[in-house]
Amino acid sequence: MTEQQMKQVFARPASLKPVPTHFCPGCQHGTIHRLVAEALDHFGIADQTIGVASVGCSVFLYGYFNIDVIEAPHGRAPAVATGAKRVHPGRPVFTYQGDGDLAAIGTSEIIHSANRGELLTVIFVNNTTYGMTGGQMAPTTLPQQTTSTSPRGRNVAKDGYPIRMTELLSGLEGVAYAARVAVNSPKHVLQAGKVIRKAFKTQLDGKGFAFVEVLSTCPTNWGMDPLAANARVAEEMIPYFPLGVFKDVTA
Amino acid sequence: MSKRLFVKGNEAVAMGALAAGCRYYFGYPITPQSDIPEYLSRELPPLGGEFIQAESEIASINMLLGASACGARAMTSSSSPGISLKQEGLSYMAGSECPGLIVNISRSGPGLGGIDASQADYFQATKGGGHGGYHLIVLAPASVQEMYDLALLAFDLSDRYRVPAMILADAVIGQMKEALVPHPYVAPADLPAKDWALTGPGRAGEQKIVKSLYLGDGELEAHNNRLHAKYARMQECETRFEAIDLDDAELVVTAYGSTARIAHTAVRLARQQGIRVGLLRPITLFPFPTAAYRQYGTGRKLLCFELNNGQMVEDVRLAVPGSEVVFYGRPPGAGSLPTPEEFLQQILALAGGR
Repeated sequence: MTEQQMKQVFARPASLKPVPTHFCPGCQHGTIHRLVAEALDHFGIADQTIGVASVGCSVFLYGYFNIDVIEAPHGRAPAVATGAKRVHPGRPVFTYQGDGDLAAIGTSEIIHSANRGELLTVIFVNNTTYGMTGGQMAPTTLPQQTTSTSPRGRNVAKDGYPIRMTELLSGLEGVAYAARVAVNSPKHVLQAGKVIRKAFKTQLDGKGFAFVEVLSTCPTNWGMDPLAANARVAEEMIPYFPLGVFKDVTA
Repeated sequence: MSKRLFVKGNEAVAMGALAAGCRYYFGYPITPQSDIPEYLSRELPPLGGEFIQAESEIASINMLLGASACGARAMTSSSSPGISLKQEGLSYMAGSECPGLIVNISRSGPGLGGIDASQADYFQATKGGGHGGYHLIVLAPASVQEMYDLALLAFDLSDRYRVPAMILADAVIGQMKEALVPHPYVAPADLPAKDWALTGPGRAGEQKIVKSLYLGDGELEAHNNRLHAKYARMQECETRFEAIDLDDAELVVTAYGSTARIAHTAVRLARQQGIRVGLLRPITLFPFPTAAYRQYGTGRKLLCFELNNGQMVEDVRLAVPGSEVVFYGRPPGAGSLPTPEEFLQQILALAGGR
């Protein structure tokens, strides 16, 4: 085969900067960043898009995405994004938030921005722990899961139950699209890419609030190698946090 | 020519914001400032603006952060307990250098306190009420006209320095009706362009980032030094005050906001009795008009009136270390405001005691 006949079939998304990430080995933020970037590339909107970074491992959004970014206080990304979207209704706006950020300290902001039907896309990364601060118990930590602040395992009688945010938000009228995906296998990565694209299309079409929960690994704080962490997603997380599209008003 | 109107202070500050081009309001109901969101919920949409009654004070200050980061003139308003909730967002706005207007029609505390006029939020407003060591621009109107005028100034100063601006008033100024001449707004020709903000419909040039996280070696120190250099520059260039009958005064009365009006009457009454007394009324609480205190207060006695147990008096004492500074104030209490006669007695006691 001559050089002229060769065809490029894989490349770094144009929306991502050509830099290494600070994420731990086996962490899936990199994969999820890529899927979001592929969606921005697909719609050709990177030069218009505003990303709202949250507090946690994903705070360096601006370091990896070649887009405009506003850094929000912990949990407040949906409120910051609301202000940005109201000023620039023509620009796509997304937040990228972890489970502590969105499902604990930021529950009020996520529920009310969803309920207002803000034209936002929210990428919610659920890895059942506070990654940045060293693996403490999160609102999504599974029953009996040990973390640095649940050393004897999450006791649901005292610590409460892991919150299923996608199901909770699906009940709100303002939500146009809500889905949960995983990125623990090639098949799931492909599915997740489609869902994330759909979540941006929902915003671009003016349909309403779009929410994607991505089940993710945190091998460092789980004390597992990346393959074992992927297996945990399949064996422990997906049974509690089922995958699927929970709401789609565009269907 | 602008008409002469008869409006509430709360309406005047909202009218001033609209005149200055503010088209985004985010807030939450609380007494005694709810006329502001009520007025703007009516007036903003016809102007193509956005009004959001947010789910909380925390959400509303963060919506303001988002709108400000996008280059818009935007505002929020609240009263003391709500302003406490906004402190997180204010710290982030200060750190991210996001301009914007925050109106505090303050009430009495601590805690739920009461809804009386109070000046007990001076420390919180002027010393950086949130974490991290920063300042807001703090303006203290003493009339309905100033509620309007200072809203215009607040946006200009805030945009010029990229420092959030607070209008600190109370129920007396917010709820009182007075004459207002709503002068048209003229933007200063030298206001810097918001080339740091996410202004356009898309990104023409390089990536815009609005943030307050600095982890690189020495970055945060340099950032803080730059912020504090701005505060020093404001101290040089932007202090504002009113000086009444001070040239021959042997006693300098000082007070801000609603209390300054009571003090003004007391000073007039004292003058009628032949007392050489004047009033120094700071309009900018930050930057504090230290130089004016040095000019009028050096070698003279000062008497500071406040509607609290003594807050601004600390800045007065720092400004004139060699002068005797006497404080007279009262914490807010149900429906009780000092009378001009009460202040007059303090003036007479001090003037007589020389």
